[in-house]
Amino acid sequence: MSRDHHHDHDQNNGEFSELSDVELRVRALESLLTQKGYVDSEALDALVQYHEEKIGPRNGAQVIAKAWTDTEFKQWLLRDASAAIASLGFEGRQGEDMVVIENTAEVHNMVVCTLCSCYPWPVLGLPPVWYKSAPYRSRAVSEPRSVLAEFGTELDDQVDVRVWDSTAELRYLVLPQQPAGTEGWTEEELVDIVSRNSMIGTEIVTAS
Amino acid sequence: MNGAHDMGGAHGFGPVVQEPNEPIFHGEWESRSLALNLAAGGGRWNIDMSRFARENTPPADYLSRSYYEMWLYGLEKLVVESGMVTADEIAAARQGTSFDAVSKPRLRASSVDKAMRSGGSARVGEPVEAKFAAGDPVRARVDAPQGHTRCPQYVRGRVGVVDRDHGVFAYPDTNAHGLGKKPQHCYAVRFEAHELWGPQSQGGAVYVDLWDDYLETT
Repeated sequence: MSRDHHHDHDQNNGEFSELSDVELRVRALESLLTQKGYVDSEALDALVQYHEEKIGPRNGAQVIAKAWTDTEFKQWLLRDASAAIASLGFEGRQGEDMVVIENTAEVHNMVVCTLCSCYPWPVLGLPPVWYKSAPYRSRAVSEPRSVLAEFGTELDDQVDVRVWDSTAELRYLVLPQQPAGTEGWTEEELVDIVSRNSMIGTEIVTAS
Repeated sequence: MNGAHDMGGAHGFGPVVQEPNEPIFHGEWESRSLALNLAAGGGRWNIDMSRFARENTPPADYLSRSYYEMWLYGLEKLVVESGMVTADEIAAARQGTSFDAVSKPRLRASSVDKAMRSGGSARVGEPVEAKFAAGDPVRARVDAPQGHTRCPQYVRGRVGVVDRDHGVFAYPDTNAHGLGKKPQHCYAVRFEAHELWGPQSQGGAVYVDLWDDYLETT
């Protein structure tokens, strides 16, 4: 989405960018809510730090690598994703009710939220801009193969492409296919090759 | 509501563009916008109310805003609607006016990690009978509610098959408007792509999470 549409006056006043206008609004609201006592500014710092440091796709990669190396864990993950993921220490806001969907040679899953930007925060962190963008939200459900091609992902015609629109409070994580040739790898080695996009389902995992 | 937020199947937005080496936040204001949203509510509103505050916006405005702008403007509405502050006070704050404390923060820095790690499931622990079961054919009801809904327009009137029952959850259409949780089952429903897009379909299927009240028998 473009960011400048609602600020035509910027063109006549280059000194104030659109960004400084929104910055002013954020600062004013923070100042108002902290002065009134509704918000603790140190809690804001802690919240920012939490989302920068405690959550992210490295968490999800650990879930996937464990599923690839531990069949029992994988079965648990597919049966009760919330509990299996929580057993690794990843849980909480926007990951309360998890569902894991498995990619195979016959089925490729990908995840979108057409209505807003729902995303499994504890395992993937905050969503990238493209995931929240109108092109992805509009097209993932109607032309998934074209979208996948834009990520460099080409699937055989016979693969069943399943798009999961997270319209409710379930949060989806894709269990990508383990790439051929990595069968003897350790969990630690596998964590390094699991990309964020493979867990959204827009890419596949490769061994390099 | 049939707003600009309901984007599934819309045309004209162009290709999906990835940002190389994307940072978690593009500037401090994005991180503060997120943090304010997480800290300010403290139970005064629910997630469906937040979503409605963001989507209930003229389409041209919605489409011109970045994600964190939407979160900021949504929060400005919520703090006024919940009676925490007035619109005049927000305007005055932008001019540098100071304010006296009238409340105490519900979220302290020391409890942030715990609060985030606990989250808050929308699951409702009440026994409610399921109207459908896995394998049942269902039709998404034709409807055009002016309030909040999580039934996207592109499935309304279309026939799918229940893939799985997720259990009992708060119903967004009432929960967003303070009309109660109206707990009911929510299902993943599989719609074949050709049922949704006809000859333009690229094959496969779309799974959409839908509540009992969105569905009817075929």
